Amino acid sequence: MDLLHFEDFPVGEVAEYGATVVDAEAIKDFARAFDPQIFHLDETAARETMTGGLIASGWHVAAMMMRMSCEYFLNRSTCQGAPGVDEISWIKPVRPSDRLGVRRTTLGARLSKSRPGIGLVEFQFDVINQVDEVVMTQRNSIMFRSRVALPGATQ
Amino acid sequence: MSLFFEDLTLGESMVLGAYKFEREAIVAFGRLYDPQPFHIDEATAKASIYGSLIASGWHTCAAFMRCFIDWIERQRREAAARGEDLPPVGVAASIGALRWPAPVRPDDVVTYSTTILSKRAIHRQGWGIVTRRNTGVNQNGVEVLDFTNVIMTGRRQV
Repeated sequence: MDLLHFEDFPVGEVAEYGATVVDAEAIKDFARAFDPQIFHLDETAARETMTGGLIASGWHVAAMMMRMSCEYFLNRSTCQGAPGVDEISWIKPVRPSDRLGVRRTTLGARLSKSRPGIGLVEFQFDVINQVDEVVMTQRNSIMFRSRVALPGATQ
Repeated sequence: MSLFFEDLTLGESMVLGAYKFEREAIVAFGRLYDPQPFHIDEATAKASIYGSLIASGWHTCAAFMRCFIDWIERQRREAAARGEDLPPVGVAASIGALRWPAPVRPDDVVTYSTTILSKRAIHRQGWGIVTRRNTGVNQNGVEVLDFTNVIMTGRRQV
């Protein structure tokens, strides 16, 4: 299989992928492990809070987005991880039975100065629900291997 | 110590708690949310630029959140024991400048801290906005997480 490399992400490209139906039990499981706040843990008690019902942890939404990105492109790529995330905004609550997808826009691409043979691709990820609302946005760069052979490289 | 907006002091830094990254937990998180080879498969991870299995960066963030919420709940219990009012729990609006400067490996213990960077009152009654800088440092003193977040924080009712 030919893996996606740094050169396979043209700037300006828009891709849409993923269809994750948010499960109430998964919301509560994630919350029990990592974000045990009442509006992530208990449907009935959550109705009395500012959220008006059970909502997913923001970190859970980020994790669901990551899963969709792995399945759509990272796991058929030369991805070498990411140094960080420039920004995440949680714009709308995510509730049980919501159907989430991702719109990925390629913002920029540059070769790494510190890691030979590695390129950084900057993406904007918009997580979109079943009524076309953007519920979360994320901007960050991901490292991929470059196809360009380096001078002196033995590969 | 208080959790109310008015009582937070700029520059104040607090240790939130620590989280141990068990090998099984790293792999379980990876399988559910970040199934890249270097998070779920020892052999492939060895051949990656990381040289061993490493935790998903989202696992490192989620563990921060667990320590932060546990710390808040401890503050709330102590305040309740003193008979003091408690502010409502707020939600985070955004994060920025997140970096994973070094990977987290099996059996690492990461200690998380938070520092108040800025705060401002907002028109929405009962709330203020607080910006914090949060960090995670492993058992060798190496920083593994650094980010800022913006959180709605309850004000004293006037």
